[in-house]
Amino acid sequence: MRSLTGPQAMTLTINGDARQVVVYPGETLLYTLRGDALGLTGAKPGCENGDCGACTVLIEQMPVKSCMVLTVEVEGSDITTVEGLQHAPIQQAFIDHGAFQCGYCTSGFLMVGHALSQQPDHDQGRLVEWLRSNICRCTSYQEITDAVRAVCSEIES
Amino acid sequence: MSVIGTSVTRKEAPNKVTGRARYTDDVNVPGTWHAVMVPSQQAHARIMAINTESAQNVAGVKAVLTGCDVAILTGDVIEDRPPLAHEKVRYWGEPVALVVAHDEASARRAAGLIEVRYQPLKVVNSIQEALAANAPLIHERISEYQVATPPAYPKRASNLADEANVVKGDVDMVWEQSAIRVQVRVKLPQVDHAAMEPRVAKAEILADGRVLIHSNTQAPYEVQKLLAKYFHLDPGQIIVQVPLIGGAFGGKATVHLEILAYLASKAVGGHAVKIANTREADLASSPVGMGLEADIGLAATKDGRLMAAKMRYFMDIGAYADSAPRIARAIAAQCTGPYKIEHLHADVYCVYTNHTYTTAFRGFGHMPMTFAIERAMDELARTLHIDPLELRERNALAPGDTTPTQARLTRSNLGDLPLAIDHMRTLIHWNGPTPRVVDDRHIRATGVAAFWKTSSSPPNAISGAIVTMNGDGSVNLSIGAVEFGAASKTTAAQILAEQLRIPLERVFIREEVNTHVDPEHWKTVASLSTYMVGRAVLDAANDLIRQLKDLAATVLRCSADDLDYGNEKLFVRDDPSIQLKFSDLALGYKYQEGDSIGGQLMGRGHFMIRHLNLLDQETGQGRPGPAWTVGVQAVEVEYDRMTHQYQILTAASVIDAGRVINPAAAVGQVMGGMNMGLGVASREVIHYDAQGQFLSNQFRTYRLMRVGEQPQEYRVEFVETPQVDSPFGARPLGEHGVLAIGAALANALSSAAEVPLNTLPLTPEAIWQARRRRLHYDTV
Repeated sequence: MRSLTGPQAMTLTINGDARQVVVYPGETLLYTLRGDALGLTGAKPGCENGDCGACTVLIEQMPVKSCMVLTVEVEGSDITTVEGLQHAPIQQAFIDHGAFQCGYCTSGFLMVGHALSQQPDHDQGRLVEWLRSNICRCTSYQEITDAVRAVCSEIES
Repeated sequence: MSVIGTSVTRKEAPNKVTGRARYTDDVNVPGTWHAVMVPSQQAHARIMAINTESAQNVAGVKAVLTGCDVAILTGDVIEDRPPLAHEKVRYWGEPVALVVAHDEASARRAAGLIEVRYQPLKVVNSIQEALAANAPLIHERISEYQVATPPAYPKRASNLADEANVVKGDVDMVWEQSAIRVQVRVKLPQVDHAAMEPRVAKAEILADGRVLIHSNTQAPYEVQKLLAKYFHLDPGQIIVQVPLIGGAFGGKATVHLEILAYLASKAVGGHAVKIANTREADLASSPVGMGLEADIGLAATKDGRLMAAKMRYFMDIGAYADSAPRIARAIAAQCTGPYKIEHLHADVYCVYTNHTYTTAFRGFGHMPMTFAIERAMDELARTLHIDPLELRERNALAPGDTTPTQARLTRSNLGDLPLAIDHMRTLIHWNGPTPRVVDDRHIRATGVAAFWKTSSSPPNAISGAIVTMNGDGSVNLSIGAVEFGAASKTTAAQILAEQLRIPLERVFIREEVNTHVDPEHWKTVASLSTYMVGRAVLDAANDLIRQLKDLAATVLRCSADDLDYGNEKLFVRDDPSIQLKFSDLALGYKYQEGDSIGGQLMGRGHFMIRHLNLLDQETGQGRPGPAWTVGVQAVEVEYDRMTHQYQILTAASVIDAGRVINPAAAVGQVMGGMNMGLGVASREVIHYDAQGQFLSNQFRTYRLMRVGEQPQEYRVEFVETPQVDSPFGARPLGEHGVLAIGAALANALSSAAEVPLNTLPLTPEAIWQARRRRLHYDTV
């Protein structure tokens, strides 16, 4: 493993684009994404402790809490943020099912739901297991699970 | 056309599903500096010395502030709180110092180097300890405090910040004469709002003296007023901007970080400074929701008619009063629940402790208050062998009755609880409270509970609206209510669209509030926006229509009275072919010859709460709010007799919502409210250790509901008894899903576990303990 001290210039692949950034070795991906250079503020800090999931992004199509990842760890990985969702069915499903109120946790839940819908297996148990990673304080969770289930079953059929 | 009663998509929805919705911390002035607070590591201690030297020497640090630099006391009602602890600390997590640096990392590093030398004092760790004889005083100078917003009666040489009383009828006589009496003692811990967006505030003082505040506050105009007051500024100098808010629940209605941000900016020559709570600070340092202990006594006839009530409530308000005196009065004024009790005595005490200070929490005291009365109602039903829904229906307040504070009730201001109860019977196929055995381990039981709530707003609360027209006849709506998820902006736009008879898409409304341009709205609290802002919007719409008609009358050479409007046109009523489009008039009318009259049309509207008063000190007499929302809730559980674990099968609400303006949004508010209320009742608790240290300062120690733990099914229904003075008859709805659902859960579990469960949260362990105590008690 290469040893890192001080600011590092590197290239990240975010939403299909190669982006040049300068990051500190101790910098979380959440911090880098939200910083002035990238301005991808869709991922939200809610606890910066891996508990709430508001900062969830996809790394190689899998949901990851960006507050728990160092940016230097994901050089060369394919990163997708909520800004990278282009008319994904999950977005309209969240609107149709009233799956958000304040909207702060929404980006994170969207990323989990979107990633799950791309998985071959998304039965009820898996759906609950995946969505348990995130917290919503406004809705009843039924709206969110309904939205995700709708997208998953649509893809199946 | 009707926009009212239609499930429209909230205006900001597309932004919220694309990451484009902007919250306070998403947009920052480049070069903004950072302030970080140093939290107290003691719950109650004298500050002997603060050494800031090493912190000052950290590269990038621009200023370090301590309580000695800030000689003011703040507080919504009682001015008892120094922005930075001065001379002593009163709760674990209280800000002791503030470091301002170029960047957050340097500020945090420096904050860690500040050494505070404490002399620990005896910690007041509970209501009992606070009220004990010779209890250490948390506020030694309580009698010197200014009451900024009366009424509040701090008691000298005590830990009582305030006391509110309600007296009605002749309680002592009727109590003695009554056939049946029940006593219930409930105990609820402090809980946290846990909005997903932590609190954040930014301040910048411009060279011309203007102060720019950005924060996720529910009360931008209160921030403006209080900063002006505390720092001797003109209100007009202070501009508060609030974009979308990531959940609030009352926790963002108090002025807290804004003061620190202003102080930080002032200390560095007005540079833009941000202070953003970590989750840990948001839980432990910023205010939480109160704890409550209450003794409820109910006296009734043998056929279940309530005769008298004796009630005592002790609020664990934590170290500072904040809005506790107002909450105490809300509890006092609604203490009977939605029931007719003609003889009562209720005392509500605001008790200082060395816990984190508290503020409004969704329901403004009505949730814990409802838990207390509704547990007592169920005990009464059990004692009398009366169906609990029947008991509630029999005692429901009716038009012509008066409230505990002797406010007169009408069909309009009360709604119809019996009708809601009747709907609930059908909605949950009510068969009574008797548990149903599933198998040798599992048992199912349903609990019910009812609520009422009013706004407890000040008697002079105001709201406003400004509508300007665009050249194409569409309109822009400016209001002072913030958007934290309750769809208050969309609701206001719906009301405007309906009144102007235009499609909702033709109403443009900004997501943010700016106190400099948007007319004042008291605070976005108390579920009042639909009523207050709505009335202002109607007033503005009518003003605009008047202007449209006046201008059209001139052009069409007729009387304004001859004109009607629709489809973005004004037309002569008896010959609609004589018409003008809104767009012909919006920016003034241009005659064929080119000369023009008018100018941009803009409607203005305002609203002020009427007929409210402050409650009398002795009797509580007075009118605490414009109207009440009533409802009934039910929970069905499946309880495991062996492990005391339980599943929530169904959660149901029937609420008298007046006219429902946006059905889908209304159902969502109520479902979300039920989930929150069930989380609070089933698992949420702030723990303090023996030294008063706040132990629940992360989401792994302060446990919230997660997917899979929510009820398997939600059922929501509305009955619609119009509130005549509210836009289209709509009643407040935003908070109400939480109010009685926890009581319904406790009632269900008390039936299932065959033991009164009066302490929250209702964890399996708590149920086990209650059963064990009961067993012990029965055998001794």
